[in-house]
Formats: sequence, structure tokens, C-alpha cells
Amino acid sequence: MQASIQIPATPELDYLLRLGDTCLISGQRLGEWCGHGPILEEDIALSNMALDLIGQSRALLTLAGQKSGKGFDEDQLAFLRDEGAYRNPTLAELPRGDFAFTILRNLVLSTWLKLIWERLRDSRDAELAAIAGKALKEARYHQQHAADWAVRLGDGTEESRRRCEAALAQIAPYLPELFEDDTVDAAAEASGLGPAWSSLREPWLAEMGEVLGEAGLALPESTKFRSTGKVGRHSEHMGYLLAEMQYLQRAYPGGAW
Amino acid sequence: MSTENEWPLWEVFVRTKAGLDHKHCGSLHAADARMAVQMARDVYTRRQEGSSVWVVRSDQIVASDPGDKDMLFDPAEDKVYRHPTFYKLPDSVDQM
Amino acid sequence: MYTQAMDTMREEGGQPALRTAEEAALQQRFDNRIDAGDFIEAKDWMPDNYRKTLLRQISQHAHSEIVGMLPEGNWITRAPTLKRKAILLAKVQDEGGHGLYLYAAAETLGQSRDQMLDSLHSGKAKYSSIFNYPTLTWADVGTIGWLVDGAAIMNQVPICRCSYAPYARAMIRICREESFHQRQGYDSLLAMMQNGTEAQKAMVQDAVNRWWWPCLMMFGPPDDQSPNSAQGMRWGIKRVSNDTLRQKFVDATVQQAQVLGVSLPDPDLRWNEATQHWDFGTIDWSEFWRVVGGEGPCNRERLAMRVAAWEEGEWVREAALAHSRKQARKEKAA
Repeated sequence: MQASIQIPATPELDYLLRLGDTCLISGQRLGEWCGHGPILEEDIALSNMALDLIGQSRALLTLAGQKSGKGFDEDQLAFLRDEGAYRNPTLAELPRGDFAFTILRNLVLSTWLKLIWERLRDSRDAELAAIAGKALKEARYHQQHAADWAVRLGDGTEESRRRCEAALAQIAPYLPELFEDDTVDAAAEASGLGPAWSSLREPWLAEMGEVLGEAGLALPESTKFRSTGKVGRHSEHMGYLLAEMQYLQRAYPGGAW
Repeated sequence: MSTENEWPLWEVFVRTKAGLDHKHCGSLHAADARMAVQMARDVYTRRQEGSSVWVVRSDQIVASDPGDKDMLFDPAEDKVYRHPTFYKLPDSVDQM
Repeated sequence: MYTQAMDTMREEGGQPALRTAEEAALQQRFDNRIDAGDFIEAKDWMPDNYRKTLLRQISQHAHSEIVGMLPEGNWITRAPTLKRKAILLAKVQDEGGHGLYLYAAAETLGQSRDQMLDSLHSGKAKYSSIFNYPTLTWADVGTIGWLVDGAAIMNQVPICRCSYAPYARAMIRICREESFHQRQGYDSLLAMMQNGTEAQKAMVQDAVNRWWWPCLMMFGPPDDQSPNSAQGMRWGIKRVSNDTLRQKFVDATVQQAQVLGVSLPDPDLRWNEATQHWDFGTIDWSEFWRVVGGEGPCNRERLAMRVAAWEEGEWVREAALAHSRKQARKEKAA
């Protein structure tokens, strides 16, 4: 079996991996819809978004690999880390759920990503700024797509409304992780690499409030629970996701693909 | 034809780049106009085919009757004088 | 092929007697247009059998694209690199797009997509039996691209000149998009055969061994056992015979296999100097009919998965419609 790679722990690398892994793991989950969507047109739309996210993760992991000082490429980073070295917030790895859960998680994450990409256009890292410029366009579309659907489902039928409420209840405990700072944020802010995540909270709440208001939905009260994916302590779901995603790279050491 | 709970059908027109006409390129099902525009983008412009899309409900299109084809379009056949090639000019000015 | 309609449908019986002189004139005019190589458009008069045959063929083609998303879709979450994951996702997504174009073409003949899906889900409609085989390894993905899509392209290019224009237009779009499908498959296998490990090479050979014969069956039964082909040719729905296409496919594939460095699992495969074609062994048609008849390795699973996706999506489709109706009422009231 192919052994894991070891990543040096620097705040800069952590900051990039938190973002890159969010794109990677979200893309992995969205890709699960391909061939199983509620209608053909939507199947195609979901795959387009998964492709955007995978593209973003490739750019970010490549950049992280360059900064690792060990010459890792995107695939070593995507497929050969131990679970604890993945830095996505836990929300991204939760199972794809029903269509309401997928849409509302997309709404949460695309709004969040859009806001962070906006800020990252001004990163002192020129490459990261360039990635952000391209990704921002994609995130804006993802946000609009999710927002339109949230309104349709919130307003649609009793069942769709009930499913949206259930999805929001499931999502809510994982939201604080998206807006609380630690040393990684402090370093990124100080160096001009990117914004501290806490600075995204207010604009995120405003944009979410607008969409959810139109949908007749509301975010549930936050809980005392804190998820910890971004420091590498994930949910039980992550192991299964990685076992599936990493299987070929692990099973065929030295393989060419 | 269409079952009662089927999303309506829309015709999609794509402009490939600024300066060109929107051209009919197919159809799709969507529940509302906003969705139809997004779906048109997702379904018909995956390979940089588009810079603008129009969508219109298929049941809103009024088409000529194929049975009237002769009546409508054949009369243009003998109006050869509408075409520039009808006029034979001296070579020296023929680029006119 | 993706469209086994002509081969697997029962004989329809003769043309019903024409009732009126007017219909006879329409029929004559239609025949003349077909003979002149004219295209038939959706609202033009057409004989009932032409309409029925096309509906069956196009919807079956569409079903094949949609069911065809499943075997390769299996591997999206397991693709070995991010590049291959993106390629595979884009490719399987394309199949969905192709299904969509084809359903739209069939809808112009007067049947709704929901009705066609009902026929698929109830087991009444058929789809290409190639998708009832399992994808057991990553090499199956590349092999499907190379062989299955290669066979499909060979069959589909002539349909771009089909007499029914909406079908022909859909096929032109599909063929244009599909040109990368075969290449990406071959490219994926080539990477493993040229730079891969022994285990990877064995994986590729095993996949080719399993897919070769089912791919040859994709072109449908031999010409002398394909009762409806003549009518299809007459109508310009079918352009090239099953056996001709199959031979063309074998001829094209042998050299590709050599370049790849895999063997094709047929001891009778040899160059025939007299015919300038590759001779190949006898196809086990009992297997073909068994899989068409529902007894392939994955028939039940494939259909069950399509039905599940459709049923799980019902509340979504309902909700979107309910919302749009509410909006329309609001606008009317305002």
C-alpha cells in the first residue's frame, strides 16, 4: 500500500489547505449526485458545480504543494494524506443527504466561499489572488443557483419546506466553525495572505438572511457544539469518504494514471 | 402530450459571441424562467459556446404551417432581380 | 448499439391500408422527399410507422445515455487523480446532456419526456444492453471510453444524416461533444500501459478481455437476422448495416490495441488478405439475447437505480412547480 505523506505544519499551509480541502471535499460530495439528480437538467447543473470545485481545489492544492517545500503535487495532497491532515471544516464532509440538504449546504458554503474569494483577490500572494479572481465568478453562480432553489423549496410544498427545515437543523451546529478564528487566521491576517474567517460572519449573515427570508426559512439558534474539521479532527463520515477517494492511489503504489 | 406535473418545455437560443445572432440550439425542461436561463447555461454552454442565452416557453412560439410552405416561400423563387448576381456589369466596375 | 430498436422490436405487420386519396398523396409526397434525401421536420406529415419507429429508436437511445451514466458514474468518487476525476465527471455529465438532447428530439414526435421515462421505469422500454455489464476496476472506465464509446461513435456518425431532422441535429451535437470521450478513455489506458505497474497492466488486459465481446454485440444481430433493417434503411433512419459497422469497428480497433499493448481475446482474429479486413470469431448471440431479455449481470440494479433517483426527486420537481404556480398567481393578482 502507498504510504501517507507528512505535511509540515505552518499557518500559511494550514490556511491554504483549509480552503483547498473545503473545495475538494465539497466537490467530492457534489460529484456523488452525477447520474442521480431529481431531473436531468439539475443533474447536469450539479456536476458543473462539482467540476468548478474540483478545479478550485486543484489550483489551491498545487499552490499549497509549492509552499510545502517538499514538492508535493495536487494528487499527493488530495490522495495521500492521513485523515488528520485534511483541513476542511466538518460541514463539507457530511454525507450528501437529500436534495434540500445539498442545496442548503451549497448555499452556506458558496456564500461563504464567495465572500472569502472576494477578499482573497487582494491577497499579498499574487497566485492566490489570481485563483480567487477566477473562483469568485464560479462561486457567485453557485450561490445564485443555491439561493434560487432555497426559495423554491422553502416556498414550494409542505414537504419541501419540512425537508429544508430539517436540513438547516442538521447544518446549524457546524456553522460556528466557519466563523471562529485561531492562530492560523491571526497569521494570515497579519501577513496579508487572507482574511480572518471571523470577518466573514457579518456579511455572511446578511446575505443568508436575505435569501432565507425570501424562502420563509430561518437559521436555527446556534448550539454549544463545536466542530473541529479545520484542525484535523473530523466526523466519522470523513474516514469513509477518504477510503473511497484514496482507494486507487493507496492500492496501486507507484502507479501511473 | 405533456403530463400535468411535468415542468414546461423551453426553447434555448445561444449567442456564441458578441456581434452574432442568437441561434436556436435545443430545448429543456425548467420550472420557471430563472431556472430555464440557468439550465440553458449548464446544458448548452459547457464548451464555451455561449456569451448570452435566450429562453422562451415552447408553447409560446407561433410557427408557420408546413402545409403552407409552398404558398409562403415559393413565390420568392422567381424574384431573381433581388440578387446582385442578376446584374451583369462590365468587368471594370463589377466589384460594385 | 445505443439504439437496438430496429433489431429488438417485433415485426409491426404491414402498413395499414391507406384510407383516402389524400393520405395516399401525402404518403407519395413523403416517399419522394425521403428518396430525394430531404429532411423531415417535426410538423411535417409522416406515416404512423415512421413516427412510431423513430420514437422508439430515439427514446431508446436517450435511455441508453441516461442508464449509461451509471456504470462509469460508479468511479467518479474513486477516480485516482483530480485530473481523471474532472475528466470522468465531465464525461458522465455529457452523457446526461446527450440523453437530454435526445429526449427533446423525441418529444417533437408527440410524446412527453415523462411518458418516455415511465416506459423506461416500468421496464417496457429498452436501452443498450452494454450498460448491463459491471464496471469492476478503474480500467473498465478507460475501456468503456475506448471500446464502448468507439463503437457508439461508429454507429452515431451515420445517424447525423438521419432523415428526421431533429434527431439528426441532436446527433450532430452529440458527435461533436463525444469526440473527446473515446480519446480520454484510450489516453487513460495508455498511461497505465506505458508507465504503469505490472498490476495496472494486468488490470487493463482484464478489462479489455471482459468488454471486447459485449462491444461487438453492440452493433446488433447479424444482418440476415435483423428483420427491420430494410425498412430503416428505406426511411433513412438507419444508414449502415450492423455487420458493416461491426467490421469497420474491428478493423479500426486492432491497430489501436497493438499500440496500446493489449491483446484482444479472440483466437480467430486474423488479417484476411483477400477481403482486406480482419476476420474475427463467432459471437455468442445467446448471451446477447439473454442480456437484452433482462438476464444480464446488472439489469435489475441499473433500472432500480434510475427508478430510485426519479422517485427520490419527485418532491423536488413538485416543489419547484408549486412555487412557480404560486408566483404566477401572485403576478396575476398584482
